[in-house]
Amino acid sequence: MRLSYLIPLALFVLIGLGLAVGLTLNPREIPSALIGKPVPDFALPPVQGRELGLAATDLKSGQPSVVNVFASWCVPCRVEHPLLMALRRDNLAPIHGLNYKDDPADVAKWLDQLGDPFTRTGADRNGRVGIDWGVYGVPETFIVDGAGQIVCKHVGPLMQWDIDNKIRPLLRDLAAGRQSQVKC
Amino acid sequence: MLRSLLFALLLLAGPALPGPALAQHLEDRLADPAQEARAREISRELRCLVCQNQSIEDSNAPLARDLRRIVRERVALGESDQTVLNYLVARYGEWVLLKPRFNLQNLLLWIGPLLLLLLGGGIIFALYRRQRLAPAPAARALDAGEQRRLAALLDEDRPEPRP
Repeated sequence: MRLSYLIPLALFVLIGLGLAVGLTLNPREIPSALIGKPVPDFALPPVQGRELGLAATDLKSGQPSVVNVFASWCVPCRVEHPLLMALRRDNLAPIHGLNYKDDPADVAKWLDQLGDPFTRTGADRNGRVGIDWGVYGVPETFIVDGAGQIVCKHVGPLMQWDIDNKIRPLLRDLAAGRQSQVKC
Repeated sequence: MLRSLLFALLLLAGPALPGPALAQHLEDRLADPAQEARAREISRELRCLVCQNQSIEDSNAPLARDLRRIVRERVALGESDQTVLNYLVARYGEWVLLKPRFNLQNLLLWIGPLLLLLLGGGIIFALYRRQRLAPAPAARALDAGEQRRLAALLDEDRPEPRP
């Protein structure tokens, strides 16, 4: 048999593999345009009942930080909330909250009832700062390095797996100043 | 019977009937109709990030509404279409454009079909040429055995002479 008869078969296998890989991708996950870029310029007042608001300068303190976009009306935020509380107890990096399009009284109640994992919390009432961050759904979580560059973005609720395999190792690498192998 | 058939036809025709008025979002329209038309045009080119295969002009998602508002604001400021699109591309990436841009990264996407067409055409052409150029087997006279066989075959097919 001539080798050239194998070409269609090879093509079929190649295309099949390509499509198989394509099927495993999650079309809901949009790669952030902001990875490797500095955080957008913004300054937000604190949410009701809190002292510290959130601004771009707070994220350029030389210390890496976590920015969690959340809202009291967002059910998955409730799911990831205990994990954020646990992450806060680890003291790896400050966690800041970006409260997206929320009612001031609702978010105050939310933080009082469930606990407040955030060092600073900015109230983004009209969602404009969220759009500057490329947010298209809550919750979203960003890892920012000490210089204020966005290193990683996680879309959707954080699961224990994400905390253990992405967030914690990445924060440790950033704190140690070494190149991270963590894929975002 | 006829009535239900007519009803079915009407149902089919429904989506094709002109009905853009139904899909319009009436929030904060721009006073200037030309600017409003431009804002709509731009919004139609932007993908809604929540319901992915709709443009923000078609989508009811709150984020789409916010993005429409941003588009209107920027148009009202007198920005060009391209500047408005760039504003959102900077935040959401090129993914937000329903029509991908023609650049180096997207080159394969754009010229891929043409490349495949050329490849297929090239293969067909090469095969065709090879077939035409292949030397035809040299003709030679039949030898005696072949002559006899030919005659026998021809005789077989000949109808019996009628009496």
